[in-house]
Amino acid sequence: MASLHYYELMTETSLHSSINFHNLQELRHSASLANKVFIQRDYTDGTVCKFQTKFPSELDSRIERTLFEDTVKTLNNYYAEAEKIGGQSYLEGCLACLTVYLIFLCIETRYEKVLKKISRYIQEQNEKVYAPRGLLITDPIERGMRVIEISVYEDRGSSGSSSGSSTTSSSGR
Amino acid sequence: MSAVMITRKVTRKWEKLPGKNTFCCDGRVMMARQKGVFYLTLFLIVGTCSLFFAFECPYLAVHLSPAIPVFAVLLFVFVVAMLLRTSFSDPGVLPRALPEEANFIEMEIEAANGNVMAGQRPPPRIKNVQINNQIVKLKYCYTCKIFRPPRASHCSICDNCVDRFDHHCPWVGNCVGKRNYRYFYLFTLSLSLLTIYIFAFNIVHVVLREYRNIFEHVVSLTPHCTVLEVLVCFFTLWSVVGLTGFHTYLISLNQTTNEDIKGSWSGKNRVQNPYSHKNFIKNCCEVLCGPTYPSVLDRRGVMLEDSTRPTPSDASAASTYKSTNPVSQTTKSSAPLIPNEHTPEEAKPSIGAGTQKSTSSPKEEKPPSPTSPNAVAPAVIKESAH
Repeated sequence: MASLHYYELMTETSLHSSINFHNLQELRHSASLANKVFIQRDYTDGTVCKFQTKFPSELDSRIERTLFEDTVKTLNNYYAEAEKIGGQSYLEGCLACLTVYLIFLCIETRYEKVLKKISRYIQEQNEKVYAPRGLLITDPIERGMRVIEISVYEDRGSSGSSSGSSTTSSSGR
Repeated sequence: MSAVMITRKVTRKWEKLPGKNTFCCDGRVMMARQKGVFYLTLFLIVGTCSLFFAFECPYLAVHLSPAIPVFAVLLFVFVVAMLLRTSFSDPGVLPRALPEEANFIEMEIEAANGNVMAGQRPPPRIKNVQINNQIVKLKYCYTCKIFRPPRASHCSICDNCVDRFDHHCPWVGNCVGKRNYRYFYLFTLSLSLLTIYIFAFNIVHVVLREYRNIFEHVVSLTPHCTVLEVLVCFFTLWSVVGLTGFHTYLISLNQTTNEDIKGSWSGKNRVQNPYSHKNFIKNCCEVLCGPTYPSVLDRRGVMLEDSTRPTPSDASAASTYKSTNPVSQTTKSSAPLIPNEHTPEEAKPSIGAGTQKSTSSPKEEKPPSPTSPNAVAPAVIKESAH
């Protein structure tokens, strides 16, 4: 269970750690925003929406690398599914053209459907994985699909040490 | 508390968007500021087609076939729909970076540039990325405070960065970019067909009339409208058909007008187009039948005037467009670097000379600029919220 692993992490770091158990509500009320990390786009495959899976150093002490990479990879897969050019996109395009694009007043495009899935996935990830670690992911669509913004929170009750500080050497991962 | 209900006017996000766009229908419609030429386009299309329907069609329907005006109506509706869709939709505007993101990028740039000697000009802000094994340079936009994604460009007329920027078209009163390029292309294509159609049937009408005149020994003048229509169509034909041909060429190569004008992919020493599939059909399919991209602007979202709570960047909550609480940046001794993993080691920009504030690349007129397309009556105002 993630919380157990978490407990291990907490006991390992001898220095003051600002990692506390938060749920989404607690995060908003009791934690204060310390920092924001931005995951940039990966353009190696062209202009398709894809984010870099490189693990940022600021999150070193906050979350396990594999969890983070899983999240980004799943998001990349969702976007790839939305932007896939194949039979379904042709059908959608041709049908829409024949109806002079009025059909989009009635039905949702495939991209919009996938965006809803992404939004649900991000919320689920926030609730289960990120909020307990004092992090929060912002849906990329709210940042123009340019970055994945990860907000790093620290407990208001903490003694003001910066949360993502690289000086705390937490080896547990 | 008084029992009187105070109705607060809801502020929508479009009211606070930077840039020089005008919005109508409570944010559903988005256009450039200067709309004069767009009205001219509309007038010409509507006007010419009205004349056609009023004067030519009765004669042609009776003497030739009723299918002629029916097809003309369908074509006309399609042309107007495509025009309105192009003009009213978001071309793919990239929102400007919020302060935190802008600061983050600044810190990255400073770290990458190292120490600049006092008095020296800082190097131009360029990021190299590798796309399909080609090195592409991403420029920094000083207005939007972002590194522009590949193929994006800043339109100085609308003061926005637009994704897959093609050009700013005054005839449609909007930029042409990723989201509305196919509508623009279908507009020029259908307009070409409409022009050819009307032109052809005008000629047919004149010929028929003269033939009957000779046969029946009747004298009747060719209506002046026909002459007017022929003139309009003639001049339109050369420009619009040429434009359609040009864009067909661009689509087959998967290039934008902007790239073509700048010569980004042409020339021996230059990079080859990394976005092209090297296959004409594939390129066409990608541009015309690709997915319909959503707008990232969220024009009709409601702005939260909440300034008491700390900004929760919660995905589920309706996010404020501007962060109401400035984030206290933790000062770190080492600048947080998330280097672009594909940036070659010599990330310092190779161009040492002049820092160009290359924010604006105005592409106002397309090379073969269209003169008057046929004007048609906009009987239906097409509301394209997408």
